[in-house]
Amino acid sequence: MMKSSYDVVVVGGGPSGSMSAKLAAEGGVSVCLLEKDRDIGYPVRCGEAIGDSGLRKFVEPKESWFAAHLNSFSMTAPNGTSITADFTSDKGYILNRRVFDYDLARLASEKGAEIFTRAYVYGLIIEDGFVRGVKLEYLGEKKEIRAKIVIGADGVESRVGRWAGIRTQLKMKDMESGFQYTLANVNIPQNRMDFFVGKTYAPGGYVWIFPKGDGIANVGIGVSGTYSKEKSPRKLLDKFVKEKFPEASLLTTVCGGIPCDKPLKKPVKSGLILVGDAGHQVNPVTGGGISSGMTGGWIAGQVSADLIRKNKLDEKSLTVYTEWIHKEFGKNYSRVYNIKNAISQFTDEDLNNIADKVKKLPREKRTLTRIFSTALIKKPLLVIDVIKVFAGI
Amino acid sequence: MIVITPNKCDFCGACVAVCPVDCIDLKEADISIRHDVCIDCDLCANICPIEVLEPIYDEK
Repeated sequence: MMKSSYDVVVVGGGPSGSMSAKLAAEGGVSVCLLEKDRDIGYPVRCGEAIGDSGLRKFVEPKESWFAAHLNSFSMTAPNGTSITADFTSDKGYILNRRVFDYDLARLASEKGAEIFTRAYVYGLIIEDGFVRGVKLEYLGEKKEIRAKIVIGADGVESRVGRWAGIRTQLKMKDMESGFQYTLANVNIPQNRMDFFVGKTYAPGGYVWIFPKGDGIANVGIGVSGTYSKEKSPRKLLDKFVKEKFPEASLLTTVCGGIPCDKPLKKPVKSGLILVGDAGHQVNPVTGGGISSGMTGGWIAGQVSADLIRKNKLDEKSLTVYTEWIHKEFGKNYSRVYNIKNAISQFTDEDLNNIADKVKKLPREKRTLTRIFSTALIKKPLLVIDVIKVFAGI
Repeated sequence: MIVITPNKCDFCGACVAVCPVDCIDLKEADISIRHDVCIDCDLCANICPIEVLEPIYDEK
């Protein structure tokens, strides 16, 4: 039964919401998690790739979460030249988010968090400048739940922050318009993730092919909001799929916005914390947000439990969270954000040149530093950074 | 005015994320625009991956 008050209310049941709920519950406070959809983990709005280290930091990986294990990646330039390289210091996975998200929510509930689906939050209770809870529709009824801290894990479309006066809307240049098919009957290597870059494939973004086992793959596209009006992600992806996988059938179609901004400078207000996509906690070059969202939740849960015990819920006390976030990945992501801006200046010709040069190196020499210290033309240091970001190392 | 093509939306929220005036309401499988708040900036239409939102203006 849903109660009328909890210490912590988490809005959103993705990885960052479940991590928030789990860590807060572990900290000994009462927690309720509200998901607007009927299912945790569905619909999946994600390419589903994650690095081993980014996952293992928070949970012991389970085999049932994984559709594929990755040990290499390839990048294809606009002229068709592909560079393949092996992961040297990390490995990766393609998740089954439906299974994974469910399991994270289960872990939170095992710690005592109460989870409710089809619980649509439409407003906040704000008193004396403090967020004191949420207003929601649940099973056809309007309700209010009071909370000492509300954690907004409500995704790219986050409104929880806006209701409290945090400017969360994304600029078009910091937003990717994303579209993805899960395809069956595709014949691709099962241990490799493939990227296609350049304006012909995806202006200001990339096309990805991520294997999911049994001839299934997530094939998706992100197009920068700068170009998405002229270059429809759906049409570009349809063209790509028609050329590469004419025999494929569509199992799932999904679209979504991908925030590619720096993390929010101030993701807190008195009584409120934003985590995950809602706090723009996404790698701005790759658009990868699972492990960074889990980081946000992991920190927010701990900070909430601690501050509730101390009864310090004001914005100033909550800056503990902000500082921790910036220490954890804020600086790194600011650097990555600058890389993103630099990459956006690359022409298709630049990308072709880079790929052609790297291609001439034997594969065993394509360790990331080696490749780029010997091969590069224009902005060698920058390109090392780019590849490091993509490879997640 | 921004018009929503019926039965086409995937409810992904990309439009909500870029709306500067927060005039789009999105539930599980329900989307609506509060036209009294909307400023016709068309950003939602420009970011939509599948062209659900369409700016339609009367020619005067």
